[in-house]
Amino acid sequence: MLKESDRKLTPDARPAISGTHRFQWEEVQNCHVILYPEGMVKLSASAAEILKRCDGMKSARAIVDDLNKQYPGADLEKDVFKFLETAHENGWIQYK
Amino acid sequence: MKTVGSSTSKPKPPHWLLAELTYACPLQCPYCSNPVDFANYKNELGTEDWKRVMREARKMGATQLGFSGGEPLVRTDLEELIAEARKLGFYTNLITSGVGMDEKRVKAFREAGLDHIQVSFQASNAELNNFIAGTDAFQHKIDMAKAVKKHGYPMVLCFVLHRQNEIYVKDILDLAITLDADYVELATTQYYGWAYHNREYLIPTREQLQNAEKVAKEYQDKLKGKMKIYYVIPDYFEKRPKRCMDGWGSIFLTINPDGTALPCHAARQLPGLTFPNVRNHSVDWIWNESPDFNKFRGLDWMKEPCRSCPEKEKDLGGCRCQAFMLTGDAANADPVCDKSPHHQKLVDEVDRIGRLAGKPELESKPIVFRNVKNSKKIIAAKTATTV
Repeated sequence: MLKESDRKLTPDARPAISGTHRFQWEEVQNCHVILYPEGMVKLSASAAEILKRCDGMKSARAIVDDLNKQYPGADLEKDVFKFLETAHENGWIQYK
Repeated sequence: MKTVGSSTSKPKPPHWLLAELTYACPLQCPYCSNPVDFANYKNELGTEDWKRVMREARKMGATQLGFSGGEPLVRTDLEELIAEARKLGFYTNLITSGVGMDEKRVKAFREAGLDHIQVSFQASNAELNNFIAGTDAFQHKIDMAKAVKKHGYPMVLCFVLHRQNEIYVKDILDLAITLDADYVELATTQYYGWAYHNREYLIPTREQLQNAEKVAKEYQDKLKGKMKIYYVIPDYFEKRPKRCMDGWGSIFLTINPDGTALPCHAARQLPGLTFPNVRNHSVDWIWNESPDFNKFRGLDWMKEPCRSCPEKEKDLGGCRCQAFMLTGDAANADPVCDKSPHHQKLVDEVDRIGRLAGKPELESKPIVFRNVKNSKKIIAAKTATTV
């Protein structure tokens, strides 16, 4: 079986927050964060909008469509894919 | 409000809450970071006190919670505390030797909402592991590491390195691969508490360190993206100090088993502190207002050579406990820094131990294992010298 870390992003991949990380809103920080063993990453609003949609059901393509619908006028595909790849490299998300 | 430090604004909230639930521990590691006089502190906080502490720290903005000790598994209310912590929104870390755990409990913790388990090993083979731990725990640790993975936790394996196991770094990393660890902490022994007491037995040689660093680097490259390996050079072998705890009262809040609040787990030994206790004060007051937590905040407390040093904001003068232990004054520069007038003494001591390593005059000295009996002995000896 291919190790999760070796898997590549395709438009059909369905990203989900990885079981070893937690994504949540932090009131005091006033932002979304990713929590993992002994660490925390603060997220920008746009990163949070992408991760909110990583539910293991929507494909990467569907996430892009959804964001394009919500933020018309900007073609977000390149940015979203780039962010998902980084998030995957960091172990924040897995592909279902 | 004007505080003792240079900052006039309210300090940033704590990020980390380390809950040292108990000093009781079935292991006897001679490098334990608990105070050598732990036998003096018996009055453990109860379940409701801990819940209040967690609630208050979380409200201030703390996100990471570590259940530690001693051995936190000794507490029978651990499941209840985990559930409460998770309900509050903490990322919950259990820092354990694995002794006192079984697969049923690993599962129960998961159901209670525990996020992560860090299992410590003393070495990569049973004989040395069990000798250092003072108990036959190796096989059980292996079984528990497997159970941790089986139940879907991210797993950190922690190996505390020192002269007796430093040569096995390769074996240690191979063991971590076999157990499918997500993170490996090659934790360097920090010379506080019991480790300071046993430093002649523990301080590695420069040669051992060079080798360990090389092996760690090789495995870091090889396992990039698969297993994260943390390795840091021990303070005693550096020329510049580290920014200890990322700054005094900056991100880290430790609560001792008896409710004493500290900016780091070694700070209890420092003279001139009042040791605020969560039984008498709110976590908010302790963090923001107490004299102890403000004592070394900012830069105003610094003496020379720190005060005029261009790097003072980078390392904040290093570790206060190390400064106290090695120079007698916690406000001195950490002698790890080669600008400190005490630095050469530290270098000479490391060299002396390096020269004598492996020779009977050093190796045959008795190791003082961390247990209640030895703690009482140390307390008695201290009392005798101060009377």
